[in-house]
Amino acid sequence: METMLHITTLHYLVLGAALFLLGVVGVLTRRNVVIVLMSIELILNAVNLNLIAFSRVWGGLHGQVFAIFVITDAAAEAAVGLGILIAFFRNKETVNLDEVNLLKW
Amino acid sequence: MLIGGILVITRRNPVHSALALIVTLLAQASIYLMLYAPFVAGVQIILYAGGIMVLFLFVIMLVSIDCSIRERQLNRQWLVGMIAAAALGGSLISAFVKGRNMFPEHALPIVESDNTQNLATMLYGQYMFAFEIASLLLLVAIIGAVVMAKKKI
Repeated sequence: METMLHITTLHYLVLGAALFLLGVVGVLTRRNVVIVLMSIELILNAVNLNLIAFSRVWGGLHGQVFAIFVITDAAAEAAVGLGILIAFFRNKETVNLDEVNLLKW
Repeated sequence: MLIGGILVITRRNPVHSALALIVTLLAQASIYLMLYAPFVAGVQIILYAGGIMVLFLFVIMLVSIDCSIRERQLNRQWLVGMIAAAALGGSLISAFVKGRNMFPEHALPIVESDNTQNLATMLYGQYMFAFEIASLLLLVAIIGAVVMAKKKI
C-alpha cells in the first residue's frame, strides 16, 4: 500500500495556514463587527491546530496544554468583545466597523 | 472544514456565519481526535461549539441585523486587505514549499488512554502558575464584560 496517501504533519500545517488566511481575510475585509469577531475565532483555531499538530510530532503534551490556554483566552476575548459590541450598538445603533470613528480626527 | 470557514466570511447574514462556524469547529474537533488529543477535542466541542457560539448567537439576536444585511458588506480598504492577505499567503506557501522536508513524517506514538490524566497532571503541576493567571484573566474578562454591557456606566 505504498500508494496510499499518509496524512503528515505538513498537511495539518497547510490546513492551519489556510484557516488562518481565511480569518485574516475576514478581519481585514468585512464590515460587520460580529463577523470580524468570528474571524478572530478562526485565527485562534488555526493556532490551536498548529499547536496540537506539533505536540503530536514531538510526542509531548505541552502543545495540548497550550491549546487549552488559547481556548481560555478565546473565551475571555469573545466575552469582552461582545460586551464592547453591545455597548457600542446601544450608543450608535449600528454594527458596522467603519462607523467606529470616535477616536479619529 | 475549509468550506465552513469560507462560509463564515462570505455570508451576508451573521446567523448563517455563526452556524458555518459551528460546523468548522466540530470538524476541527474531529481533527483533534485524529491527532490523539481527545481531551482538547472535548473541550473544543463543549466550550467553543457550546459556550462561545451560544454567546455569539445571543449577541446577534440582541443587536438588530435587519438593516446591516441590506448594506454594503465590505469595508473601504477591502482591496488593500485582500492584497495583504495574499502576500501573507504567498509567504506561507513559499515557506511550506521550501521547508517541505523539515517536518518528520513518522510521529511518535502517544498513548491515548491516559491522555486526560497526564494533561491534568501537567496542568496542575508544571503549569500551575499559568493556570492561575488564566483563571485571573477569566475573572477580569467577566467583570469587564458585565461592566461593558451595563446600561449606565
